[in-house]
Amino acid sequence: MVIGWWLLWATMQFAIMIYYGIGVRDALIDSLTTAIVLTLAGYIVVTIVKYFRHTPKNALTILVATVLLAVVCTWVLGRKINFLSTDEKYLNWANTTLLVRFVFVWLMLIIAGIDGWLFFYIKEHQQDELRLKENEQLARETELNSLRQQLQPHFLFNSLNSISALTLAQPEQARKMIEQLSDFLRGTVKKDGIQLVTLRDELHHLQLYLEIEKMRFGHRLQAQVQADEKIQQMKIPSLLLQPVLENAIKFGLYDTIGNVLISIEAREEHQDLVIEIKNPFDPETVLNKPGTGFGLNSVRRRLALLFYRNDLLTTNQVGNIFTTVIKIPQTLTDTSKSNL
Amino acid sequence: MKVIIIDDEPLARNIIKEYLQSFTQAQVVAECGDGFEGTKAIAQHQPDLIFLDVQMPKINGFEMLELIDNPPPVIFTTAFDEYAVKAFEARAIDYLLKPFGKERFDKAFSKFLEQKNKISSSFAEEIAPPESQNRVVVKKGQNIIVVPVHKIHYFEAFDDYVKIYTAEGFYLKKKTMAFFEKVLDTTQFVRVHRSYLLNLQELTRIEPMEKDNHQALLKSGTKIPLSQSGYAKLKNTLGI
Repeated sequence: MVIGWWLLWATMQFAIMIYYGIGVRDALIDSLTTAIVLTLAGYIVVTIVKYFRHTPKNALTILVATVLLAVVCTWVLGRKINFLSTDEKYLNWANTTLLVRFVFVWLMLIIAGIDGWLFFYIKEHQQDELRLKENEQLARETELNSLRQQLQPHFLFNSLNSISALTLAQPEQARKMIEQLSDFLRGTVKKDGIQLVTLRDELHHLQLYLEIEKMRFGHRLQAQVQADEKIQQMKIPSLLLQPVLENAIKFGLYDTIGNVLISIEAREEHQDLVIEIKNPFDPETVLNKPGTGFGLNSVRRRLALLFYRNDLLTTNQVGNIFTTVIKIPQTLTDTSKSNL
Repeated sequence: MKVIIIDDEPLARNIIKEYLQSFTQAQVVAECGDGFEGTKAIAQHQPDLIFLDVQMPKINGFEMLELIDNPPPVIFTTAFDEYAVKAFEARAIDYLLKPFGKERFDKAFSKFLEQKNKISSSFAEEIAPPESQNRVVVKKGQNIIVVPVHKIHYFEAFDDYVKIYTAEGFYLKKKTMAFFEKVLDTTQFVRVHRSYLLNLQELTRIEPMEKDNHQALLKSGTKIPLSQSGYAKLKNTLGI
């Protein structure tokens, strides 16, 4: 198609030159050389367009590039091919039409540029849309999963059982626990998985979960949350930490005997929000390594989809303490509204 | 009548105590937060009935029962366990799904009162919680030891028991070879002989012996005889 396009213009140029009385040989050489140079220049323009992001600022850069290319092309065509001919009439003609030639070349290059721009713009847009779709779907899955997790027997039924135990002896406590359980469940249902929330909100949600678990396990479970005022304003994809905390509690409570201290610590590091969750575990008899569970994998995958990086969740173990470290770059803007 | 409650959640224990108040003959002699305390309390008090949670730290309710020679009658209490429900139906007096009400509790307790003389709740082979794939809980003297399966070299039949060999020596457990053969990953553990179940990771060499017989040489230097069918099965699993 590209070749057809240039051939069409070469033919037209040839016809015009014949009309002005230029010799067949010179007209043929000139129009074919022009076509070849234009094809090369057009290819360069499209390549430039391909590797620049499609922003207005870059559009200007590319416009300047086409002007420069057009100048070079015109110079090449107007000067160099003179050596190929000795026909006075042709040389005169070539000189007087230099400006026309320049404008023609430039317009051609702009057409090529716009063509390429549109092509790559649409392609990129489609990819963006695909990524967004995948992201949305994952968010939905996460929501469903977290819902399923909460509605999973061990958390929900055991919490209800604790409430049942409290009703006679400590009705006030029972009521409080119902409230916490409801708030917690509501929080997991309404939240959209890609929505960005402040760390404060996320920690509040985790706190509800921790309170319920503490009620269930009594003094055996202790939790320590550390995040200063400024850090709490930083952003985090909602419900991101929930599976990590669940994982930590599960391994802490069922893999060890005695008291379990879960600690959550947030800090800023190179403008990223860094969250560290620690839990005890038994390196000797642990059934599956704490980091291999479904919970952490889903978190890792979510981070990869949101930030295009797979180094944001790391785990390490020192002695009987298992640490999960999550880095959250503060580069995201909230996309939840535009997605709705 | 002595009762022991074993559950890792204090509130869950409270509710059983509360419900038991209407049965004046029942006396709660111990409350335990895990299977380790549980085995000790059972040995000490010889209870008539235990209430037992399934999901507990380190060792679960089933594994705890396996460690006791003559387990007392059991009423299981659990939030939800698909595999467990089947097992209860087979062996336990009853199982209570949390949260349970007083009426349901009374029914279970009455069932115990009716059946207590008939029931001996020794647990059968069919109970294999998912954890059995990964670990074996054994007793050595007074200590309870959780052995991850990858540390087991091989199993050897020994009367009513199975000897479980590790680098540290062997442990005895009252189970059958068939149980371990069924429960463990068949790509890792192969029954190479009527009396031996072998961890393939420990195998270094298969050597011929007199006649058509073969034996397996383990990393530890131990030699294990292979039966005809065991040899075939071993070759088949190894793909040779």
